[in-house]
Amino acid sequence: MAYYLPSLKLQFRYLMFVSFWNKLSINQKLAITAWLFLAVPIAFYVIIRFYPTFEAFYVSTLKWNLLGAKKYIGLRNYEKIFADEDFWLVLLNTFKYAGVGVPISLFLAFSIAYFLNEINRWHDFIRALYFIPFLTTAVAMAWVWKWFYQPMPIGYINYFLTSVGIPAQPFLKSVHQGLYAIMAPAVWAGLGFQVIIFIAGIRAIPRSYYEAAEIDGAGRWQILREITLPSLKPTVIFLTVVSTIGFLRIFDQVYSMTTNGSGGPLNTTKPLVLMIYEFAFDEFKLGRAAALTVILFVILLVISMFQLWLMRKKP
Amino acid sequence: MNRYIKKPIVALAAGIVALSASLASAVEIEYWQYTYGSRVKAIDALIETFEAANPGITVKHTNFPYADYRKKVAIAVSAGDGPDVVQLYYGWLNDYRDSGLLQPLSKEAFPHSSIESDFFPMVSTMKVDGDYWGLPTAVRALALFYNKDLFAAAGLSGAPETLDEMVEYAKKLTKKDSGGNYEVVGYATDGGAGQEHHFMREVLTRLFGGAPYSDDGTKVTYNDAAGAKALKYLTDFQMTHKTGASGFMNRGQDAFKAGKAGMVLDGSFRINTFKKVEELNFGIAELPGHEGNRYNFASYWINGISSKAEGEKLAAANKFLQHITSDAAMQLWLDTVGELPAKPAIALTDENQAHPYFGPFIRGLGYATATAFKSEKPQRQAIIDAIDMVTLQGVSPSDALNKVAKDEQEVLDDYYDN
Repeated sequence: MAYYLPSLKLQFRYLMFVSFWNKLSINQKLAITAWLFLAVPIAFYVIIRFYPTFEAFYVSTLKWNLLGAKKYIGLRNYEKIFADEDFWLVLLNTFKYAGVGVPISLFLAFSIAYFLNEINRWHDFIRALYFIPFLTTAVAMAWVWKWFYQPMPIGYINYFLTSVGIPAQPFLKSVHQGLYAIMAPAVWAGLGFQVIIFIAGIRAIPRSYYEAAEIDGAGRWQILREITLPSLKPTVIFLTVVSTIGFLRIFDQVYSMTTNGSGGPLNTTKPLVLMIYEFAFDEFKLGRAAALTVILFVILLVISMFQLWLMRKKP
Repeated sequence: MNRYIKKPIVALAAGIVALSASLASAVEIEYWQYTYGSRVKAIDALIETFEAANPGITVKHTNFPYADYRKKVAIAVSAGDGPDVVQLYYGWLNDYRDSGLLQPLSKEAFPHSSIESDFFPMVSTMKVDGDYWGLPTAVRALALFYNKDLFAAAGLSGAPETLDEMVEYAKKLTKKDSGGNYEVVGYATDGGAGQEHHFMREVLTRLFGGAPYSDDGTKVTYNDAAGAKALKYLTDFQMTHKTGASGFMNRGQDAFKAGKAGMVLDGSFRINTFKKVEELNFGIAELPGHEGNRYNFASYWINGISSKAEGEKLAAANKFLQHITSDAAMQLWLDTVGELPAKPAIALTDENQAHPYFGPFIRGLGYATATAFKSEKPQRQAIIDAIDMVTLQGVSPSDALNKVAKDEQEVLDDYYDN
């Protein structure tokens, strides 16, 4: 059997590499090895995440309908967005989802976690019950809720209301109630996840704090206010940021629960992501949609930076 | 060689030889449309007869859900992929043509003189820059569906002939419980969704003496006194007469299917849906008129040839397009899908005109207009928003129309700006 002999040039290069490698310190070798391994996820992120992000910045300066030629129009897309009164309504809606949805869901999740932590019987079972909605498809859930909200004679909620003497409510058909009617299933769906995180947070608080407080004669309310809540600060910050970002990106529920998926009536339930979707895939204004994406990106970035700043401080 | 390697390789080689042999003798073209049970069935039947008549040509039929259809076609064709013959909504023609996705129909295979003498005149909007860019198999119109049992119970013998009668009948048909909740609605309104925005735009506006757009299609003109009267008429069913509410039983067609609505507006494609409900005893009538006039809304889907098809495939695509726009195809489409033949000679036969279900639609075609949509969804939303403003916010009909006319004018300006 004949061995393949590399060319002289290759042999020379190999020797050069070996002499170069041997001159390196252990730390340098470690660093090179680490970068070699890191190169794979970095390449992945650059191609799959960063490149499309920067591409979105570029597309946001174009007039492009997906089929025809791309035309550079500078900041015209942004000008049009800021001049569009629907955009400001949609932005307000988006912040309403987050501004109202986050406090309500955190309050509910904490209350449930707090009391659930106190009971030992059926604890796991009840916790699982709270978690199930989190595992359910948002679209399927939204449709079920849409039917709950129907007017008489098929809507359960109105059926219940009228049976206790309260007049039937329009819910999704109202410019005032629509947004909150859509928010309710979104809060409900996220609850399970938040309850689990809160329970983990509560259980991580050292028992000794409570024992010391009890010896000092602190009451239940005082313990909650002085020990439990301050110790949960990192948990609360984490959940606030995660669920704020979640609510700012709400889409499935609105698309599934409103007529024609339009975020109606009169755009009063339309969030930013739905507006992006409509520009991109109903009207094929890819540039305008990309510009909106950039705006959403900036909002989310600011919120994430704010989180980093908060987390840096010791609780 | 290992037999686990050898056997598959032999099989693969045989497969490639067989495949290339069949490719050499056969042309395969692709046909795309959106998924709608009866349309898929009709095209499958047409492909079967086409392939039998044209050995050597096979047609691959692909369909997508309506919600994704336009997106998928645009992306596939712009990537150089996709169909040879494609079905598209007539309102999308300009988008597709401007982007170079379609090629004009050849004058030899589709002589203009015969298109113009054979098809309904509304098809002429498919002629741009001296060429035809697509042809429909079928056209659609609107009619009034009414529940015969509910009519009989209310002492009514036939469908309303005029707008005023329609209001009067709706009042008689409506039933409420003690709490004031609807049990049966007289007229099932959809708040402009479904087909109702067409009724507002092309029928009511014209019946009250207006026109939805300027003759050249560049200006929105429904925001005048006639338009306001039309919008008031439509919203009064909810606001004043209280003969129904948008969202009752989800959609108008659902309420009608459940026997909880006296009347509903819809297209001929809904006949098959309602026919499947055994307990439902329904009739169909022409849309009510006003002061001796009648109007209707027509729309259609066309079949075009994509710019990708050339050579042998183009010849096959031409043959297939001729086949699916033939007289026989149109009758099959009427029987299977319930959409009306695009040629008067086939549509206006005595048998079709006298048909209890198709008749009213076919008679409606005679006085129907097809809106030349520039961007269908925002234009539809404009009418829905106007109705919502009146019914949910108490805005006056003329203010509501002024507001949405401005929005819709932007869509038109945007289009003509290109």
